[in-house]
This record gives sequence, structure tokens and C-alpha cells, in this order.
Amino acid sequence: MTPVGARKANGDELRVIGVPRRRVDARAKVTGQTRFADDIFLPRMAHSKLLRSPHPHARIRKIDTSRAAAHPGVYLVLQALCVDRVRHVGDPVAAVIAREELTAFEALDLIDVEYEILTTISSSEEALRTPEPRIHEYGEEGNIHKLVALEFGNVEEGFAEADEIFEDTFFFQGNTHLAIEQHAAVAIKDPDGKLTIWSSTQTPHYLHRALAKVLEMPAAHIRVIATPNGGGFGGKSDPFNHEIVVAKAALMLDRPVKICLTREEVFYCHRGRHPVLMKFKTGVKKDGAITGMHLQTLIDGGAYGSYGVASTFYAGALQTTTYHIPRYRYQGCRTFTNKPPCGPKRGHGTPQPRFGQEVQLDKIAERLKMDPADLRLRIAESSNALTANFFRLGTVNLAECIRRVVKVSGWKEKFRKFPEGRGVGLACSAYLTGAGLPIYWNKMPHSGVQLKFDRSGGVSIFCGATEIGQGSDDVLAGIVAEVLGIDTFDVRLFTGDTDLGPVDLGSYSSRVTLMAGNAALQAAERGRAILRDAVAEKLEVPKERLRFAERRVFDSAAPEKGVTFQEAVCLAEARFGTIGTVGSYTPPLYKGGGVGPLRPIPIPPPLLKWK
Amino acid sequence: MTTLPIESQKTSQIRFTLNGEETDVCFAPYKTLLEVLREDLGHTGTKHGCELGECGACAVLLDGKPVLSCLVLAVDCSGRQVLTVEGLGEDGNLHPLQDAFADLGAAQCGYCTPAILVTAKALLDQNPHPSRDQIREAISGNLCRCTGYLQIFEAVEAAVLKIAAQKSTVT
Ligand code: FES
Ligand code: FES
Repeated sequence: MTPVGARKANGDELRVIGVPRRRVDARAKVTGQTRFADDIFLPRMAHSKLLRSPHPHARIRKIDTSRAAAHPGVYLVLQALCVDRVRHVGDPVAAVIAREELTAFEALDLIDVEYEILTTISSSEEALRTPEPRIHEYGEEGNIHKLVALEFGNVEEGFAEADEIFEDTFFFQGNTHLAIEQHAAVAIKDPDGKLTIWSSTQTPHYLHRALAKVLEMPAAHIRVIATPNGGGFGGKSDPFNHEIVVAKAALMLDRPVKICLTREEVFYCHRGRHPVLMKFKTGVKKDGAITGMHLQTLIDGGAYGSYGVASTFYAGALQTTTYHIPRYRYQGCRTFTNKPPCGPKRGHGTPQPRFGQEVQLDKIAERLKMDPADLRLRIAESSNALTANFFRLGTVNLAECIRRVVKVSGWKEKFRKFPEGRGVGLACSAYLTGAGLPIYWNKMPHSGVQLKFDRSGGVSIFCGATEIGQGSDDVLAGIVAEVLGIDTFDVRLFTGDTDLGPVDLGSYSSRVTLMAGNAALQAAERGRAILRDAVAEKLEVPKERLRFAERRVFDSAAPEKGVTFQEAVCLAEARFGTIGTVGSYTPPLYKGGGVGPLRPIPIPPPLLKWK
Repeated sequence: MTTLPIESQKTSQIRFTLNGEETDVCFAPYKTLLEVLREDLGHTGTKHGCELGECGACAVLLDGKPVLSCLVLAVDCSGRQVLTVEGLGEDGNLHPLQDAFADLGAAQCGYCTPAILVTAKALLDQNPHPSRDQIREAISGNLCRCTGYLQIFEAVEAAVLKIAAQKSTVT
């Protein structure tokens, strides 16, 4: 191991963090031993398949499942997944549970459904033009799911100050996650009658809540285990109907029930990047300084809400985080359409308007006869700035980033120097780390970690965080090992399990390293303090002088004087009893105080008239 | 006694070599090699992402050549040699490709990894010193959504060096 020389606040070298090393889960992954949801095979396990709608929008008149139920090898047919109607092609209507997956699949053909076809709404514009039939009874009105309107500062004043006004319309067509692993889930009725479900979910805690609600069971009697995800990217963040189906069927049949979606079904689950039509109105001075920006988005949400309320906010939230925009107005409108539902996908709603903003900046640079990199450099927002919409930026350092990119890319030599049809471009983006609010609002921590210190010298980490390939297990192990001066190999992880570990809200929003990481840090520091007290007493060394490194706890003034980490745990256990610590993380609330009024504005009619 | 549905009848039987071991297996005749490996033999290291021949996650070596096991009928494998990720290591040690993938971050979620490893092994068996383009070509049928492929190319190249070094110490 070659330490890279990073240092802790107390001057100690970092020995684990920032040092190249094998991830804790790497060996399992390169030997094919990582157990993904579909790798679980249990005795007596039955298989499930869902009957999905062939129509984009239809009322369900009648379902007759008797032929399917009578088919040899079929154990159970569940109805009423979509109760009254189907809202997109692939919306599930019924489920078959059978001894073999193929039997379940074939029995789907034996379910007779009578549909009454309804008008299909296939785009946001059409959704605005077609308030009836409503795809959902909830939402703002007609087929508008969510409207957001926010103004920060007086944007009209900003336009009045501008030398030039740019108005552009862009369309981002959307896309999907395409994680290589198809969603899968296995449920069992535990021997004691409770429910356990393994699922390729990014959000075991939200699934836990959804199951309790839908199955009308106490959440305390449900255990959700998020298996490592074979990629997620946001696509496995919603609780899905197939998860509910296997849970219900396992309880009814008292045998394990599995489902693994086909690739086609994964496309129906979707929850991908929203198609967004967007209008940017931006005022600039001759030197490129932005005086005000007005962004309108028309967002195609597909057939369900998903996390679409959040997506609608996100689509307008981060415009101010890259360049200095003193006045900003955002109006967002998410519509329902008869297509697979959109949802969170990497960057959650923000890459679409980012694309529009960056393209418009290039147009601005062109008109102002400025180099696009120079323009961006000139208007880049500075570190620690407070944006018009009250984001405290932290250590962004975008300008330095642009400078370095320009340098190493050879920008000056390449920009506009290539033959027709080839070129280089520059675009910037920023994203926030973690959401300040959970999906259901509450004051509890967003992440918790428990540590168990064992006499063997091993440390066990318990945390709800979910490994989706991003390395959350490794982050937890790395932080704990760093603080305690042990190796990540000495650490055991119990993660993504709602029974074993404290809640972590899930692997989304780039939040796990920040939140579960801080919870782990706190728990590890608390553990270290206990061990230090016991060792200080034993060695008769002031505790401030004790260091934890290389599986030892020793006197920094006389490094040979010390005990092994294992001895330290034993000393602490003898002195204080069984050693366990907890840590948690709750995002701090920003207390803005007098920066300017946050002025909600009404949605003006022009937005609703968009064609 | 009611008749067993056809799909539950394990009426096909083959003997083949799986990761160097003679193996007998009974299965329903419609099953693919992928299904038999995972469902009837408990070898879940081989994955699937489409079962349509598109993603490459199910690749195994059949008589030393990479094949998409979702497109191979198990009945066609009688008497043949199949190598999966479970058979890559030797004598309790990881294969150099596995070591390199683990050390260089070439396995993130790890779902595409088993198939890429065996495909890369087939390449190195044929061509011990492939160029970056040859590596790229060899694994062009294996989709990976996490890594962006760069770490995978680097890991294969690192394994090439390690294998060459091992050979030179042996000879
Ligand atoms: S599972 Fe995708 S190619 Fe075989
Ligand atoms: S590592 Fe996740 S798909 Fe390749």
C-alpha cells in the first residue's frame, strides 16, 4: 500500500481513505459469489409472472382468472393489481404463481380481460390539451400532476438591466437506466409467520413502508433485505408491484415465491429520465454577466407519480449552482401521459435543463463574440456562494475546474480548429450531495449506523445502506477502519437489511457517502473514545496521546508502548461491559435569515397554452 | 396421480465437463445452458440481463470459445467443456484476471463481471498480448453500465502483464 499522503485533522496520515486498495466486496464480485436477488433459490420456491396491459389506456371491464387458476402447476392467481384501469402498456393487471416459471408464463394467456379502450395521451402537450379523461384523480387539475412556481429576486428588473435577452426552447427526449440486472425479488413467510423479502431495490426502507401499507401488516413484522443491485441508477428506487405480489403470494401460499422481470418488463417499469420541453429566457450584459433567468419546463411524467414531485422541483433547482444568476424564476409543470412512468435517474431531473442552459450559453458566447470557455469562467459561481435560491455552494471551485480542463484538453488549440463536422465543446454541471428532506417528511435521522466491537478484534457494521455497485459497503468499512486503525478486512458488514441495521433512506441522490458515512464516522469515533479510555487507564498514558493505527493502540510519544486493537477491545469490555456504539446523520437545516424574500408566483396562462 | 406439467418434467439428461469436472444433470428439455447452470446446477455466477442474446451477461466458454449461454440449448452441450466464472481460479487462487478486476475497480456492481472475465480469458488464451483495440473488440458484446469500460480494459492489460511475468518465472 502506498499512502497518498492525505492527512486527518490531527495531522495523522490517512491509511485507508484515499489509498488505492481492493474494495471489500470485490472478491465476491469477481468470483460470481455476490448473491443478487435472482441468485436466491429456496426449497419449494414458486415462480411468479405478471399479466401486463397491451393497451396504453383502458378501463378494465372484467377479469376472469378461472382458466388460469385451473391450469396444472398453477398455485395461485392474484387479481386487482390495477384495480379499475390500466394507464400504460405494461401496467400489471394480474399475477400467476406457479411451480415453474414457464407454467406461470403460459397461464398468463389463460386470463381473460375485457378492456374498454380510453383516449391515449402520448405527450405533455397532449396532456395539457386533454384534461379529460384524467389519468389520475389526484394532481393539480386535468392531467397536470404537479406545478411548481418559484421566483427569487425580481427577474423582470434583471431583464430590464440586460443588454441582450436570449429566448430559446429545447427538448430533451428522456432515456432509461438499463441496469444490466433485471429487477427480481423473493419473498418467504418466515417460520414464525412474519414476512421476509429479498429484492433488488435501492430503497429497502421505502419498500418496507410500502409493504406495511399495502399488506396492512405492522412494519415490525416485515423484513426487507436489499440484495446487492446489479446496477440501479435510480431505476430500482420505487417500490414496485412485483415486490408486493411476491410478498402477498408468499404469505398466502406459505412457500417462497420469486419473480424476475424480463428485459421487456424492465422497460415497462422504467422510472427513467423525464422528457422535458423547456424554455429559457436569459438576460445578459455585454461582458456575459447574467442579469436574470426565467426557466419554464414541461415535463412528461408518464403514467404514475413516482418521485415526480421531487423531479419537478429538481428540474429547476440547480440552474443557479454553476453560474452566478442573481435573479431566477422557475416554473415547472409535470404531466401524466399514457407511457411507462418516469422517475429518478442519475441527476434526477437536473441534466435536462442543464443541457438547455449550456447550449444557450454557447449561443450567448457566439453572439457576444466570446470564447465559450472564457464566458463560463467569467460567470462561474464561486465557492461558498449563496445562490439566489438559497443554496450554499460549499467547495465548488468551478472556475479552477474550467481552467484546468481548458489547459489539459488543449481547448485553445482545438476550439473551432477542426474541419467541418468535428469539434470540441465545453459544458459544466453540478449536483447536490443528498436531499435535505426524506420522501416522507419527519425529523428522524436519514442514516444510522451501529457498531459491534468483538473480543476477537473484529468490528461489525450494521446499516441500512444499500450496495448498488457504487461502493457503499466499502465506504462504511473504509471509514470505520480508518478511525479505528484497523484493516477493512477486519470489518464485517450487515447492510441493506431492515431488521439488522438502523434505517438508511436508500441509495439515491448521491447521499450514502455523506449520510451513512457521517453516521459511521460518529459511531466509530464514539467507539474509539471508549477504547481509548480503557487503554489510557491501563497504560497510564494521557488519552490525547493515544493513536489508533496498524491494528494497535499506542502512545504517540513512545510508539512501542501500546496494545493490540484486540487487547484494547478486551480492556474496554472488562472496564465498561459489552461495547457497541451508534451514529446517525440528519442534514443540517440552513438558517438563511434576511437574504431576501422567497416569493411564490402564480402560474401564468402562457405555460398552459404551450403547443 | 396427476401428470406433471411438461415444463416440470426433467426428461433430458446430459453428461458434460463443467469447470473441469464430469457432471451429470437432468433438466426439462426446453432449457437453455444458462438456465441449467443456474437453476439445475446451482452455478449462479453466470448472470443474465436479457435472455435475448443482446447484453452478454450470460457468456460462458463452450469448448474454450465464448458463447451466450441464453442462446445455447443445454441438450446441445452433451460431452462438451463448459467454463464459468466459478471455474476461473486455480488451486484456491484467483485467476490473474480476477485479481486485476478486483484491484483496479473493474467490477462495480459486478453483474457484468463474470461474463467479461471468461470472455477476456478466451481472448488471452488465443492471444496472450492483445492490443487495447483487440481487447475492446473481444468484449464488445458484453454490456457494462457501471464502469464506462476503461477500468475493464486496464484490468485486462494488467492481467496480461501478470500472466506473462508468471510464465517467465515458471520457464
Ligand atoms: S442474457 Fe443477455 S445475452 Fe444472454
Ligand atoms: S459493473 Fe455493473 S454492469 Fe458492469
